[in-house]
Amino acid sequence: MRILRFLIRTLVIFVRLLYQSVYLALGQIWANKTRSMLTTLGIIIGVASVTAVIAALSGLKAKILTQVESLGTNTIFISARRPDRGPLQHASWWSIRFQGEHFEGLLEHCPSVSRFGRQTWVGRYTVSHRDKSTEGVTVRGIEPACHQIDSRPVTIGRPLSVIDEMQVRQVCLIDPKLRNDLRLDRDCIGQTVLIGHDTFYIVGVVEARPKNVFGGGDQERSEIFIPFKAGLKMQRYPHIWVLAESKSAEVSDDALAEIRFFLRRTRHIKPGEPDTFEVQSLQNELQTFNEITVIVTLVAGGIVGISLLVGGVGIMNIMLVSVSERTREIGLRKAVGAKNSAILTQFMIESIVLCCLGGLVGIIFGHLLITAIDNIVKAAFDVTVLDMAYIPAWAIALSFAFAGSVGIFFGMFPAIKAARLDPIEALRHE
Amino acid sequence: MAKQADKTIIKLKEVRRIYKVGVERIHALDGIDLQLHENEYVAVMGHSGSGKSTLMNVLGCLDRATSGYYELDGYDTTKMSDAALARIRNERIGFVFQSFELLGQMTAQKNVEMPLIYSRDGWISRKNRAKKALERVGLSDRVKHRPNQLSGGEKQRVAIARALVCNPSILLADEPTGNLDSKTSEDILKLFDQLHSEGQTIIMVTHENDVAHHAARIISMQDGLIQSDLQTKEFDRSRRTTDKKSKEDRS
Repeated sequence: MRILRFLIRTLVIFVRLLYQSVYLALGQIWANKTRSMLTTLGIIIGVASVTAVIAALSGLKAKILTQVESLGTNTIFISARRPDRGPLQHASWWSIRFQGEHFEGLLEHCPSVSRFGRQTWVGRYTVSHRDKSTEGVTVRGIEPACHQIDSRPVTIGRPLSVIDEMQVRQVCLIDPKLRNDLRLDRDCIGQTVLIGHDTFYIVGVVEARPKNVFGGGDQERSEIFIPFKAGLKMQRYPHIWVLAESKSAEVSDDALAEIRFFLRRTRHIKPGEPDTFEVQSLQNELQTFNEITVIVTLVAGGIVGISLLVGGVGIMNIMLVSVSERTREIGLRKAVGAKNSAILTQFMIESIVLCCLGGLVGIIFGHLLITAIDNIVKAAFDVTVLDMAYIPAWAIALSFAFAGSVGIFFGMFPAIKAARLDPIEALRHE
Repeated sequence: MAKQADKTIIKLKEVRRIYKVGVERIHALDGIDLQLHENEYVAVMGHSGSGKSTLMNVLGCLDRATSGYYELDGYDTTKMSDAALARIRNERIGFVFQSFELLGQMTAQKNVEMPLIYSRDGWISRKNRAKKALERVGLSDRVKHRPNQLSGGEKQRVAIARALVCNPSILLADEPTGNLDSKTSEDILKLFDQLHSEGQTIIMVTHENDVAHHAARIISMQDGLIQSDLQTKEFDRSRRTTDKKSKEDRS
């Protein structure tokens, strides 16, 4: 019971002292507004930049995650790539490229892969219908499986079928933008378009591609999809890549390994020689992105650390000035009964409050900065990259913790100096 | 006033205060013996360098005696920690300074409240206690004024209210009229007389004769020693005789 009463009493005294000191500190800071603001500038800039960086990264991550989810986390990209070393280091693109037959039997040999589809980038063509034409339309040849892997729903008509593929039919899917540009009917199935000099029948309309952060710079262009083989026929040196899908996210790594093993055999790569292709899953990419995020955060953290250090020295400087300016006040306070600890607390709290206010303003500035950058990017490039940027709670806590520790660390010396002042000397100070 | 004035508040025995300046040792107080009773009104006089300020600092527990014994209100202060001395200053001593020492950014009331911040039970009814103290010095209409809106006399009154707010055993005034004109000085001294009549023990340092004459007892100091410790009437008598002597010597 006595212990409890003692504890409560101590707590009450502590809270009272804290309240008093914070109140006094705010009064002091308010009395020297300009000086306080200039002093905390270092802290403000430091905290603002770290919050902005963290907010940008969090936003980017959130954005990419949602896009990956829309693409499907099981998706695997396979493309030809010249190795960095080995005898094929300087090989021609022609000898490295994929050929259609490289993938025959892939499903049988790779049990973790549920399906795959080949694609070819036919090129940019002028597409016309009657007297209307559009330049620079991206034409891609795809196998029907690509429809299921790259989830682009067909809104009108039907997707490309296996029969289209086998018979190399001159059929195509268009996107709504092209339909509008060519002034086609809303239901334009059965009408024909000219891709270059070849006539294609429209069998369906696919949904417009959602605005994309990776590789999505070309949203102004329209897209046309034709059967894979029809695409191959249209070019002399076809460029092929493959979209595959693993059976589940868990076996994604197995699928990558199986595909790699399979391709090394079909492409006759000798043991010890590097791969002439690249197999990537979105999950791998995400991991890489996460690593980059961590590195950027650390680098930003380092820069912010330096700026906080500089800010802290500023705080210490101004607190020393404050102590010597208020020497008489300190003397008086001691004369009327302030203990050394009370003076110490007062100046410590003042420096901590100063730093935390700087932290608060910094967080607000960081938020404004991110909003401003988002708006500028939106206005300049018409892509929303940072619309999902937010300042996570842990970043706010971290900023305050950092600012607070700077206050404690750099406020310590001036506060000790104040607490140690001799009251008689202090009262005599001019 | 109940006449129990025999209660000793201050007891000094062989108090010395020695400063070391380089290799030199300065005896600011050179063996002071002194007793003060409750509700006494004492003036300490002396030229500058006589040790009266050092005595004030020791009495006010701002400074420690190098040797000797100092008892305040029954507490032996010689072996107290700094924190304990701070508490003694807070609860038992009220300081009044020559230059008022008010904090410019605070109102009169806030200035008076300040000692209560550091006291144990000061946070209970702090405002009321401050207002009462201001009332006591006749400034109930200046509660919300800042020091720069107050006259010199009013400033000193606020300072006196601040000294009184914790109900101290002794009021220590260091040249309280030093920065005031004669008219306001008289007002402040009247206030001291009034406080004294209300039972307050007052110790006042001054070098002005008329100011000292408000006190009932005058202690004059020289070279760190008490030269004379007399009731005011006796002090005047001894003055006259010394004056006469010097006149005779001259003639």
